[in-house]
Amino acid sequence: MTIIDNTTADVPSGPLLEVRDLHVEFHTRDGVAKAVNGVNYSVSAGETLAVLGESGSGKSVTAQAVMGILDMPPGRIPRGEIFFRGQDMLKMSNEERRLIRGQKIAMIFQDALSSLNPVLSVGYQLGEMFRVHLGLSKKEAKARSIELMDRVRIPAARERVNDYPHQFSGGMRQRIMIAMALALEPDLIIADEPTTALDVTVQAQVMDLLAELQREYHMGLILITHDLGVVADVADKIAVMYAGRIVETAPVHELYKRPAHPYTRGLLDSIPRLDQKGQELYAIKGLPPNLTRIPAGCAFNPRCPAAQDICRTEIPALLSVTERDGTELPGRGSACHFWKETIHG
Amino acid sequence: MPEALKDTVKELPGETPAAPPADGRVGKPRSLWSDAWHDLRRNPLFVVSAVLILFLLTMAAFPQLFTSADPRYADLANHYLQKPNWGHLFAPDWFGYDIQGRSIYTRVVYGARASILVAVVVTGLVTILGTAVGMLAGYFGGWVDTILSRITDIFFAVPFILGAMVVLTSFTERSIWVVILSLAFLGWTQIARVARGSVLTIKQADYVMAAKALGASTSRILLRHIMPNAIAPVIVVATIALGGYISAEATLSFLGIGLAEPAVSWGVDISSGQEQLRNAEFVLIVPSVMVSITVLAFIMLGDAVRNALDPKLR
Amino acid sequence: MGRYVARRLLQMIPVFLGSTLLVFAMMYALPGDPVRALAGEQTVDPAQIAAMKKDLGLDLPLWHQYWNYLTGLFQGDFGTQIASGRPVADIISEAFPITVRLTLFAFAFTVLVGISIGVFAGLKADTLRDRALLVLTLLLISVPSFVLGFLGQYFFAFQLGWVDPNVSVEASWDELFLPAVVLGSLSLAYVARLTRTSVAENLRSDYMRTAVAKGLPRRRIIGVHLMRNSMIPVVTFLGTDLGALMGGAVVTEGIFNIKGVGYNIFDALRHREGATVVGIVTLIVVVYLVTSLLVDLLYAVLDPRIRYA
Repeated sequence: MTIIDNTTADVPSGPLLEVRDLHVEFHTRDGVAKAVNGVNYSVSAGETLAVLGESGSGKSVTAQAVMGILDMPPGRIPRGEIFFRGQDMLKMSNEERRLIRGQKIAMIFQDALSSLNPVLSVGYQLGEMFRVHLGLSKKEAKARSIELMDRVRIPAARERVNDYPHQFSGGMRQRIMIAMALALEPDLIIADEPTTALDVTVQAQVMDLLAELQREYHMGLILITHDLGVVADVADKIAVMYAGRIVETAPVHELYKRPAHPYTRGLLDSIPRLDQKGQELYAIKGLPPNLTRIPAGCAFNPRCPAAQDICRTEIPALLSVTERDGTELPGRGSACHFWKETIHG
Repeated sequence: MPEALKDTVKELPGETPAAPPADGRVGKPRSLWSDAWHDLRRNPLFVVSAVLILFLLTMAAFPQLFTSADPRYADLANHYLQKPNWGHLFAPDWFGYDIQGRSIYTRVVYGARASILVAVVVTGLVTILGTAVGMLAGYFGGWVDTILSRITDIFFAVPFILGAMVVLTSFTERSIWVVILSLAFLGWTQIARVARGSVLTIKQADYVMAAKALGASTSRILLRHIMPNAIAPVIVVATIALGGYISAEATLSFLGIGLAEPAVSWGVDISSGQEQLRNAEFVLIVPSVMVSITVLAFIMLGDAVRNALDPKLR
Repeated sequence: MGRYVARRLLQMIPVFLGSTLLVFAMMYALPGDPVRALAGEQTVDPAQIAAMKKDLGLDLPLWHQYWNYLTGLFQGDFGTQIASGRPVADIISEAFPITVRLTLFAFAFTVLVGISIGVFAGLKADTLRDRALLVLTLLLISVPSFVLGFLGQYFFAFQLGWVDPNVSVEASWDELFLPAVVLGSLSLAYVARLTRTSVAENLRSDYMRTAVAKGLPRRRIIGVHLMRNSMIPVVTFLGTDLGALMGGAVVTEGIFNIKGVGYNIFDALRHREGATVVGIVTLIVVVYLVTSLLVDLLYAVLDPRIRYA
């Protein structure tokens, strides 16, 4: 058995984005917080990767490192590579990276209200993309902004282009964020909890819109979320993160059927289900680890119901998962010493 | 320069940016104070200013500890403005003598009492009056608020030092209490505005609603529930204003309408020192430095307390 | 918006009446008698004095005097100085431009230097340069302006001989440089601190992260997104500060012997010339009220989230 990067396995054309052995740490008053500890993943054009994890699992920090919007200091990337179309972005100049941001890779943030500039009209903020990156005039930029707002189905775009973010509803604001990310038809979109701040009914609409646009433009999409329900319909594959590491990877439906890591199983069990009416809802005991003092061995061991001695001493590598008879399960990997017991019962 | 007023005007716009409070980290009253104390003890700014203030308060209370000379004793042998003797620490001639042959050092030590007394008492009065007005206006709203707010506006519109000049000239005998009452009469508006603002926010809090629903009396709600939680910003503003009043007292004395001889205060000495600036700069410089240090100490303290009490800055 | 302005203007009426009455009442309570002072050492017939007082309306009760003053004021009559017989309006029109010039000079200095220092510090919050600038502003706040004035005179006039310690009657711009710096220094410190806090706070905001993620050049991120937001509290503060600077000018004029309104107030207080004092204070109050209304309106323009109804 070899250490693998399962997420690239079934994409022949070569990935759009590839993160290799990424480490990110933050220097804080309480010590060095190790937010990301050797993450590998990749996304191809037209593909959706969902990154799943609790807050503090490193899923957002990884995305910010990819985007190049980490605050450094206090952040630091001591190790790792981030290839975009085969080029390591961490070796690029600031200006080269800036030209990738917005044009090639765009990001959608969780809280559209605070992520949009409160004192500039949405038309200005959308038009800025065209003016800065394409050198369009104010007038042309405004026309394109209206088009864009139509595209994400904001009603009465022409009338509302001069409105300010606070004048829109939550769902409409998130559509504006999406429009802004789409403006220059990037190759890759990173959506960081794009629907968390929204009402449940609006969540589905926004998610559908995002998925639809992704298909249409054949973009890669990294969907960061803590909500298993959101990813099921739109993602192709899932990477589950815990304490700055990927603990399990799998094609989306396989993960739901047969988790190969106790943490994933815990997450799945804690989703309320209709057929379990009356039973007590499962919760993973304990709290996510303090990133300045990550437990030795498997970071999940203090909360794991199946932890053994080896879990407290040895960090499990992300290994490929096989059937009982040894057949490879394509795209699957688990960082658990006891993945066999977990998946095969 | 109306320092105390400056604080008034200046505190408000900076502290009320338009952005709504983004997080819910505001409502933890009990741990706020212990957290703040925990933070303060580690803050060098706080430690330095607290030590300085303790030192100045000691000087104001027990000037005899610092010098055995009499601040009003004029030795004619020294009347030619003897220069400072930097080696003679804590001796009467440390900073030299003024034109009447009085020890500058001794006068500066004794001057602390008047300056600090004025500032402390004015701040105390202003805090009580301002908090009362602000709390009533904020809590009752309606016409009570309208009337109290307009009265506050009236006093606020008159520039502080200008108003104090007018009030003080109407007294022929300006004892320390006249100065104190005049400054307090004009100075309370700032705290009233701050208190009103914080009461308006706290009034909406769940625990106040709960107390009301449980039938607590108005005075109980005001004193037990609202005041302890509204007081934090008031304390910050009051601390910084205290420095402003030190400065205001000195400014008024400098203008010749604050305390006057034979009172001993830094302002009085600065006032008499300005006439001797060309010949003997230390008559002016030493009390000026004392005023500046004292103001600095209180402003630093206020800054440190604000940082500790403002959860947004953490 | 129109209704808001109307309401604010209506609210200004009681404030205007209240503060002028406040000052008027204080002047009324002043001891000493301007009419008797006119006679100097001579002994005059008390009946003559009483007649003169009656002429000037000084024998009337406070409210009546105030009423007379107000009705005069609305006809543009600020009253007359008792000793010199000059209309107070003349004195004000002579002195006010000088004070306005000094105030505007100080204001320009405050804006330019204060905002520059604040931005410079705020962009690198919690670094050595930030802390050094914070200490500098603390020092400026702590040293009373009259001490700064004397230090300025001491070094630049007496030691270096660069400037004249006193400002001439014309009060030309170059003469006003040192007084303006002294007058503006306290505001400058506040503006710098406010700008610094505002810049540092906005720098951490989510929309700044968005601006970076949009691939905007740094110039634009700072110049448009950061500044547009950070300047809102600063601009509103600067508005209210204009009135405070004018009040502070009184002290500065005293130090540098500038013949502005401050000088005239001192003079009037010494000679118990009530009308002059009330007239000048009234004017300053009006300036304050109008600027604070303008500031509030400006606030709504700068920040679309603010709605006045």
